[in-house]
Amino acid sequence: MREFLEGSRAVAEAVRMCKPGVISAYPITPQTHIVEELASMAARGSLNAQCVNVESEHSAASVVLGASAAGVRSFTATSSQGLLLMAEVVFCIAGMRFPVVMTCANRAISAPINIWNDHQDAITVRDSGWIQIHAETIQEAMDMHILAYRIAESPKIMLPVMVNMDGFILTHGLETVDVPTDEQVEKFLPSYKPLYKLDVDNPISLGLLADPDYYMETRFAINETHKDVLKLIPMVNDEFSKVFGRTCGGLVEEYKTKDAEKVIVAMGSVCGTIKDVIDQMRAKGKKVGLLRIVSYRPFPIAAIYQALKDVPKVAVLEKAVSLGSYGPLLAEVRSVFCGKKKAPAISGFVIGLGGRDITVDSIKEVYKKLTTKEITEEYIDLKPELLEESI
Amino acid sequence: MKEIRIHARAGQGAITTASILGHAYFIEGKFPSAFPNFGAARMGAPMNAFVRVDDKPVRLRSQIYEPDYLLIVDVTLMRGFNCFKGFKDEGIAIINAKEGTPVPEHKPRQKVYIVPANEIAMETIGRPLGNTAMLGAYAAATSEFKLEYLIESVNLRFTGKTAEQNVKAINRGFEYIKKS
Repeated sequence: MREFLEGSRAVAEAVRMCKPGVISAYPITPQTHIVEELASMAARGSLNAQCVNVESEHSAASVVLGASAAGVRSFTATSSQGLLLMAEVVFCIAGMRFPVVMTCANRAISAPINIWNDHQDAITVRDSGWIQIHAETIQEAMDMHILAYRIAESPKIMLPVMVNMDGFILTHGLETVDVPTDEQVEKFLPSYKPLYKLDVDNPISLGLLADPDYYMETRFAINETHKDVLKLIPMVNDEFSKVFGRTCGGLVEEYKTKDAEKVIVAMGSVCGTIKDVIDQMRAKGKKVGLLRIVSYRPFPIAAIYQALKDVPKVAVLEKAVSLGSYGPLLAEVRSVFCGKKKAPAISGFVIGLGGRDITVDSIKEVYKKLTTKEITEEYIDLKPELLEESI
Repeated sequence: MKEIRIHARAGQGAITTASILGHAYFIEGKFPSAFPNFGAARMGAPMNAFVRVDDKPVRLRSQIYEPDYLLIVDVTLMRGFNCFKGFKDEGIAIINAKEGTPVPEHKPRQKVYIVPANEIAMETIGRPLGNTAMLGAYAAATSEFKLEYLIESVNLRFTGKTAEQNVKAINRGFEYIKKS
């Protein structure tokens, strides 16, 4: 049924339909309406879950780790500083192979304090082993949570999934969404059957010491599983389409790239603005396109290569930085073409840090800056007048 | 595509206003997108909320710089900000201010209405929350949608006495423009 919903409420509705047994969160800034709405659903009785109100994000992550260890489908949501405080446990959840699903309402990192959107939080834990997918719209953010449990709990995967949605832009925005029915979700997502769990009748130990004789294999195994996730996402997405009548992103989305001379690579909600700019520019005969990265972890190297190999000029546009080096997404997209005979000229642009608004003109400027000369790291919409004093 | 910019202070209900306005368009069968932009996260800080609406899903995610319509919930904001910045040549603005407040300077084809929305709200709701009276005025001034869609939207948002009072405020705002 079509409804006009706030992003956070839409996600809460999707999570309710996935029937998690345990939800844990720390209810203070930076938090969203997602867990507020879920707690309210549990209080009203429309959701049969235990909501655990904890004293910190570290504890929230620990509670869902514990619940998942006991064989229960579990959920949490966070962003920004909250994710950073969770970081230790975030790595443990992946290392212990628990299929937790978490929403990250992407926001900037302190200091200085900033509550607005960028991707620095998720990027900072990119190496944790979590699957990370990025939504462009509220509809997609909603759908991705249903997809996320299906992938995470797949017996051959058993890894946590972080669903990324742009803070404020998607979490606090309202849009028309097609809300799935409980029956559809039930059909697509079977109940969770853990391969192993904490059980007093059949005791096991989890998360033990792995000395140098054992540790490396655990990391190798997670990395191998990420390769399986690359194969699984398109398959599960096809099944999703059959049940819900729409796709849920896949690994990448190509928008008018086939004959494009200039392509922007980006993630998240900004891709909507880019698509509008592409249509405007194409109406004037400019051959421009977009490659949207939906799955950031695993990184779809083959799909990116296929999409960009015949494009002369590429701009990687990212809402995060790796201070002291190239932009994280720029470095990875360039690495896809390392050692290849034919490679596009790949330029890197940083945009929208700490919620700086990204306008149609900002995107047009990026296309304009794409010449045969590669640009390594240029900040779009930077205010030089704010830099004068420090220089 | 139509673009609406709301100027308010945090705590004055601008997000609820944007949401009710968006919902009225949704009921009409359009594709609205409503979103806030917070300033400093404290009560009273200037903030904006936006509504973009089209016949197809809206993809554009930027803030609104060239609004077709303006809702100025707090007239004191006009002292420090240029609320008319980027205001379209044939745009319509609704300003919540006391009767008799001079209409600010504007371009010849722009329409600017002063609506005593807080006074209407005091009489209908009992609190100086003029948002729904302004939305009633918006419906009358722009003819964007039928008044009944707005009333339906308010009834989805509020229940009981609150809904009744807000519907009254909408009707009063609507009539105020029709009579002027």
